Amino acid sequence: MYEMTLGLEIHCELKTESKIFCGCRNEFGGEPNTHCCPVCSGFPGVMPVLNEKAVEYTVRTGLALNCEISRYSKWDRKNYFYPDLPKAWQTSQYDLPLCKGGFVEYELDGKIKTVRINRIHLEEDAGKLLHEGGVSRIDYNRSGVPLMEIVTEPDLHSEAEAVAFLDGLKSVLKYIGVSDVKMQEGSLRCDVNLSVAKPGQKLGTRTETKNLNSFSAVKRSILFEYDRQCGVLNAGGTITQETRRWDDNKSVGYSMRGKEDAHDYRYFPEPDLMPVVLSGEKIEEIRKAIPRLKKERIAIYTEKLGLPLYDARILTADKDIADLFEGTAAVFKNPKKASNYIMSEIMRKGKREGSEDVEIGVSPAALAEILTLIDSGVISLAASKDVLDAVWNGAESPLAAVERLGLRQNSDSGELESAVKEVIAANASAAEQYKAGNQKVAAFLVGQVMKATKGKSNPKLVGELIEKLLKTN
Amino acid sequence: MKVTRKEVERIAALGRLELSEEQKREMEAHLSGMTEHFKMLDAVDTSSVPPTAHILDKVNVLRPDKAEPSFERDALLANAPERDGECYIVPRAVE
Amino acid sequence: MNNLLQMPLTEAVKAVKSKKVSAVELTRASLGRIAECKELNNFITVCAESALAAAAEADKKIALGGDPGPLAGVPVAVKDNISTKGIRTTCASKFLQNYVPPFDASVVTALRNAGASIVGKTNMDEFAMGSGSENSYFGAVKNFRERSRVAGGSSGGSANAVAACEVFAALGSDTGGSIRQPAAYCGVAGLKPTYSLVSRYGLIAFASSLDQIGPLGRTVRDCALMLDVLAFADPRDSTSVPRPQKTYSDFVPRVKGKRIGIAKEFFPDTLNADVRKRLNAAVAALEGAGAVVKETSIKSFNAALATYYVLSSAEAASNLARFDGIKYGYSDRSGDGLTDIYFKSRTGGFGDEVKRRIMTGNYVLSSGYYDAYYLKASKVRTLIKREYEDALRDCDALICPTAPSSAFKAGKKTSDHTQVYLEDVYTVPVNIAGLPALSVPCGTDGGGMPIGMQLIGKAFDEKNLFELAGAFEEITGGNADV
Repeated sequence: MYEMTLGLEIHCELKTESKIFCGCRNEFGGEPNTHCCPVCSGFPGVMPVLNEKAVEYTVRTGLALNCEISRYSKWDRKNYFYPDLPKAWQTSQYDLPLCKGGFVEYELDGKIKTVRINRIHLEEDAGKLLHEGGVSRIDYNRSGVPLMEIVTEPDLHSEAEAVAFLDGLKSVLKYIGVSDVKMQEGSLRCDVNLSVAKPGQKLGTRTETKNLNSFSAVKRSILFEYDRQCGVLNAGGTITQETRRWDDNKSVGYSMRGKEDAHDYRYFPEPDLMPVVLSGEKIEEIRKAIPRLKKERIAIYTEKLGLPLYDARILTADKDIADLFEGTAAVFKNPKKASNYIMSEIMRKGKREGSEDVEIGVSPAALAEILTLIDSGVISLAASKDVLDAVWNGAESPLAAVERLGLRQNSDSGELESAVKEVIAANASAAEQYKAGNQKVAAFLVGQVMKATKGKSNPKLVGELIEKLLKTN
Repeated sequence: MKVTRKEVERIAALGRLELSEEQKREMEAHLSGMTEHFKMLDAVDTSSVPPTAHILDKVNVLRPDKAEPSFERDALLANAPERDGECYIVPRAVE
Repeated sequence: MNNLLQMPLTEAVKAVKSKKVSAVELTRASLGRIAECKELNNFITVCAESALAAAAEADKKIALGGDPGPLAGVPVAVKDNISTKGIRTTCASKFLQNYVPPFDASVVTALRNAGASIVGKTNMDEFAMGSGSENSYFGAVKNFRERSRVAGGSSGGSANAVAACEVFAALGSDTGGSIRQPAAYCGVAGLKPTYSLVSRYGLIAFASSLDQIGPLGRTVRDCALMLDVLAFADPRDSTSVPRPQKTYSDFVPRVKGKRIGIAKEFFPDTLNADVRKRLNAAVAALEGAGAVVKETSIKSFNAALATYYVLSSAEAASNLARFDGIKYGYSDRSGDGLTDIYFKSRTGGFGDEVKRRIMTGNYVLSSGYYDAYYLKASKVRTLIKREYEDALRDCDALICPTAPSSAFKAGKKTSDHTQVYLEDVYTVPVNIAGLPALSVPCGTDGGGMPIGMQLIGKAFDEKNLFELAGAFEEITGGNADV
């Protein structure tokens, strides 16, 4: 039985406003070649000017991943021809990356495990090729988007570890605010280096499977490559060191044959970019700007806000959810109610098929308003779902939505009393049971009133009226 | 140092150049001559000398992260040998 | 030729500003002269319409009592590797023969803002690789004084156009001597500024760590006036720095007490006799005028050419990789698929010398050779820089020939490429060290061809070079035959 050893290279697009070397907008999507200028389209004569935020974000990541930050770091050209690379070199960092060493802790089956980080460097992303029939159309919108490459040591030994590690890393990257880590949009991509060996023997020859863009692809490609390498070895063959691709639709990996001879990248220092020198003070300044991570947030939620650990863990699984919770709880002063509502309604509504991410279409202020409306009896819990639908990704305020949809529940006891009387009359036997001391029937009667009033009655008030009317009889 | 035909072919491929047989012969002679001349470098003692990549002492030349308007797409594509109004076009790139 | 064209740039600007002559009149004269000198092949593109418009604009400002800018509509030329928006920029290459940049180089913007009338784009060696302006897809430049001789290179068209009074000044670029050597061959002044003093944004790069844009003019002060326009900190060029001088053109010629360094390596026994004679006479004249001459040494001088060819070729191989037949320029799509576009476009679009440099560059960077060549040359670079700086510590300028001979015969050396490379022996170390250097005429050889003297200064000490060279110009009365 062979044991697998995995090392990952994670490419993460940084969430800056502009590209790494020019002022073009760093934004996913857009009409092809509309976020472009001569610099990121590789025109003759252009020169790069480094985006300070891209450096800061990379250092921030290094600090969050316990790396040593280089005091002196420089840029190099990685030369190769490909249509998505307009200058025919990628500006990257070869021998002096911004961050070295480091480690990431992640959780698998309740155990904390560690992966060492080899290095983190900053480079530029390439453009995109749109393959259509016999041609490839080239879009340079992505060309020059700041891209951070995180290289791990070969510390992973199963597909489950790889995915759990990636999930943990993704959470950190999102918490520290350097990337939106959307794998489906390509802002987080992963290369997997895999080798197999019998236990106790030295590592085998590794292959690299490039550009995996979902956890599922990572998992399946690892299993595929593991099986393939075991098969080759079992048949008496040897593993060739090579670069491979993963066809996600067919769930097969394949070799990029014939490309190997071209991989003489002829790295040399980029003459048009000056080195970056970071002082101890600057590094500390960046460290101070790191937003609170998951662990700290869990502590605050449980200790200061009094949430159960279960709630704290669910809320912090995704930074957007945690941010929504904190923002809401800052206004609506009942953290547990806010937590309950987010864990049920928001997470249900924000779930996207085929994605690990939850999409959030409501601001903390709007959510706090909805919770206040429920709490003060203006709307029912049931009606709040319609309000949420109405304000989701829109500009309307919850209160405006309540009025527009006529969801304000009836709290006029005179009007309600006649409705309750009608229900009691129509459900005489239930009323009798209630009077005989069967409290459970109350819920049934309240439900009937709500139904009769199309959900617009205040259930609390209805309950009180039922009690009053049946007791005084 | 004599630069071989095989190396000339490898180097030409790295630069995406096609050379005729005659050009290959000429390039062998040229590169061999250049490497001969480069022996002048060996005469200089550079032990304990750091390399110079930049003549300037400047460091940390950085730009604030601010988006500026992009270029007109038509102006960028105007020089392209094949384009469709949105993109540059090449025969399908296979990996 | 219209006599007006023989004025120095500084005089022409004054004449236009004082309405003695209009900028349009000068531009017309310039365009006429360019047509007259067509045979010299100095221009790849002439842009009469936009030049006349710029001149008219300057005249209009003057008529309204406004400021026409320091160049006041006076006609100048720009080397054809400097990007001009809407005007094709070819680098004298088949590859870019139809390339029209969508933006101006920063120096071109500066020229326009200074009111210059840009009359055309000058011929050169393809991608600035050469010493004779013979490696041009548009044909060789012929020396104005002697058509059977080259104008020098790679900024041959610019130097020759200034010498022939087609324009009052021109921009060149200098990676290993490409401003100074043609200036010497054509008998004009040419400055390679300190690396980073002039923005390179929009200069189609040959070797980015060595390239520098600079002016060519008929007088030292003309070069200084051009530098006033060209030197500024450019946020688009990360290597660019603010200039240390408010103005250069107000320099006062001065020689008394200036210390001149002569390195013994500059005058080997094999040096051409005429060049030696002229340089000796020039140094003696300066000494006679009060300069202090010191002997010094640059030990690594003989390794400079090898250093230069390793570094410049490596950078060139990378810089020219973007010419791939996909985004702009020559594209041969007759083959089968994408790979053929790369090979056929580059093979068909580049000339032989460019291919030789790309080959050399990829060779020295390729796997297994990097340390022996690129890294080694980067270390020798450190030494060369140190030695020039050390030599300049006790001197105001080092003086040496600009080139080992006067303009060579056209076609003579093209069969022996490495021989042509020797033309650069005095100029390349200056680029390697990033220093400023000015070439000024220093008499002629037996055949009447100009010889150039090179003054090398400390980094950012251009003004000092102007003072010294300006004084030399006064001593020689401008004809430089001392």
